[in-house]
Amino acid sequence: VTMVSPGRQWPAEGVTRVPYWVYSDRDLFDDEQERVFRGPTWNFLCLDAELPKPNTYRTSAIGAMPVVVTRDNDGKLNAFENRCAHRGSLLCINERGEARDIVCVYHNWSYDLAGNLTAVAFRKGMGGKGGMPADARPDENPPRKLKVETLCGLVFGTLDPNAPPLEAYLGPEIVKGIRRVMRAPVRVLGSYSQMLQSNWKLYMENVKDSYHASLLHTFFTTFRLNRLTQKGGLVISESGGNHISYSLAADTGGKEYEQAGMRAAQEGFGLEAPQVLNHVDEYGDGVGLQILSVFPTFVLQQTRNSLAVRRLVTHGLEKTELVWTIFGFTDDDEAMTERRLQQANLIGPAGYISMEDGAAPGFVQRGVNTAADILSVVEMGGRGIKSDDTRVTEASVRGFWTFYRSQMGF
Amino acid sequence: VDVATTFKVQELQARYIQALDDDRLEDWPNFFTDTCRYIVTTADNLAQGMPLGMIYATSRAMLRDRVRSLRDANVYEAQRYRHMIAPPVIAPGEGGVVRAQTSFMVVRIMHTGETMMFVTGRYDDRIVLEGPDAPRFVEKTVVLDSRVIDTLLAIPI
Repeated sequence: VTMVSPGRQWPAEGVTRVPYWVYSDRDLFDDEQERVFRGPTWNFLCLDAELPKPNTYRTSAIGAMPVVVTRDNDGKLNAFENRCAHRGSLLCINERGEARDIVCVYHNWSYDLAGNLTAVAFRKGMGGKGGMPADARPDENPPRKLKVETLCGLVFGTLDPNAPPLEAYLGPEIVKGIRRVMRAPVRVLGSYSQMLQSNWKLYMENVKDSYHASLLHTFFTTFRLNRLTQKGGLVISESGGNHISYSLAADTGGKEYEQAGMRAAQEGFGLEAPQVLNHVDEYGDGVGLQILSVFPTFVLQQTRNSLAVRRLVTHGLEKTELVWTIFGFTDDDEAMTERRLQQANLIGPAGYISMEDGAAPGFVQRGVNTAADILSVVEMGGRGIKSDDTRVTEASVRGFWTFYRSQMGF
Repeated sequence: VDVATTFKVQELQARYIQALDDDRLEDWPNFFTDTCRYIVTTADNLAQGMPLGMIYATSRAMLRDRVRSLRDANVYEAQRYRHMIAPPVIAPGEGGVVRAQTSFMVVRIMHTGETMMFVTGRYDDRIVLEGPDAPRFVEKTVVLDSRVIDTLLAIPI
């Protein structure tokens, strides 16, 4: 594999060290677009339920690349680059809509819903004047097409025809974790975005870092949603790139936090209206929290009855949009929908739990921008990337870097 | 709608934003009735008929919980808001309750001095004007124009 970003070498210690230049190197950001996002990775595009009818589209992204996802007249899902073959304009300028074909607003070049150029306006000119030469090839640089695969209503795409099949890329444990959460047809409850003032990798590390959860998020800990003493664990795919962190809803007790005198344990802290935490065990397995991630930028979240998919759009080196789509299932009754809406107070930009996750990556970004050649130490839970029955570990962060290095050729 | 009603609604809105901008968060729940609804959502979710909120409270007790969480549990950088509101458009309702729609802008001032346009939108309010504790909000739907929040939304809008 050829070396990218000349002059950059991964530390000899391996994935127990992360050099801070990975978050601040402009050239690296461009290399990632090519090797990670346009490389043999599977990127989450949207929920199947976001395209409920034939002849609809919605826009999405792979890294920084704008993408159109369509459901054609036969109900088949397609995805292609949101770029006209002619002058490169965006083809779809709206987030979603209905369409039998896609017409570029700039010069009215038309495409079918699979992204094939079907018509060029005034191709033969008017009145014998103008138009394209007879041997011109207007579709010489068409929008790049994605290979699309769907798993339990989650739509993934890849630009690399040599990418492994989706399920092989995910690994059997991750497939099982997805099947568990996506137990029925989806009903979307709404969406919103957070603009993170940080590199995309800092957010993904935050997601994979099961060590921080009880320490940064004191709301979580105080209400015994996520004490590290709770039974739970970490599952890491063989590739290292994908992970599941889970914990049981019931608390097994323990005074570790109190003894350590940590700010997280505030005795006697109770809620006046605890319905934000009232959940039913809809999966029947006692698991109250399951965070699942797929390299590079997909998260599937079950926090009690609050379910969401998250994806990242890498707007820039230090500017990342976190797109949340919150959902339930079509068979939810009114009480279940209300429960999900109440528990959505835990997540999102104003979430009791997740608001800190919007800020923490930015804290690191600001801390390391002038420390490019200094290394972060990632040795919680040892040096490996194996699944474990504890979450006091950074194994899935090391897994992320293991897979990242394999994609980048570091 | 008569001048007295308009005045009462404007006064309530002015005192509401003043409490938030002065960091008197403990006073904030007192602008609502016990069984109030306070939801922060986006124009896009609303247009699609989607019920999700970024903040979704169905009682004054939930608002008090949020204040306590902001004070004691959540970790976020010190920041203030400055609300600017337009005159409300008021429509009569029933049982001493009026509807008011009020445009707002919120500027966020970080402890670093960084000052940014944080959110814009409108309040869709139902306000009870008569009674011992009136006026108060029975319902406040905060409809954000954008679906994107910079970093996080800690202090209520």
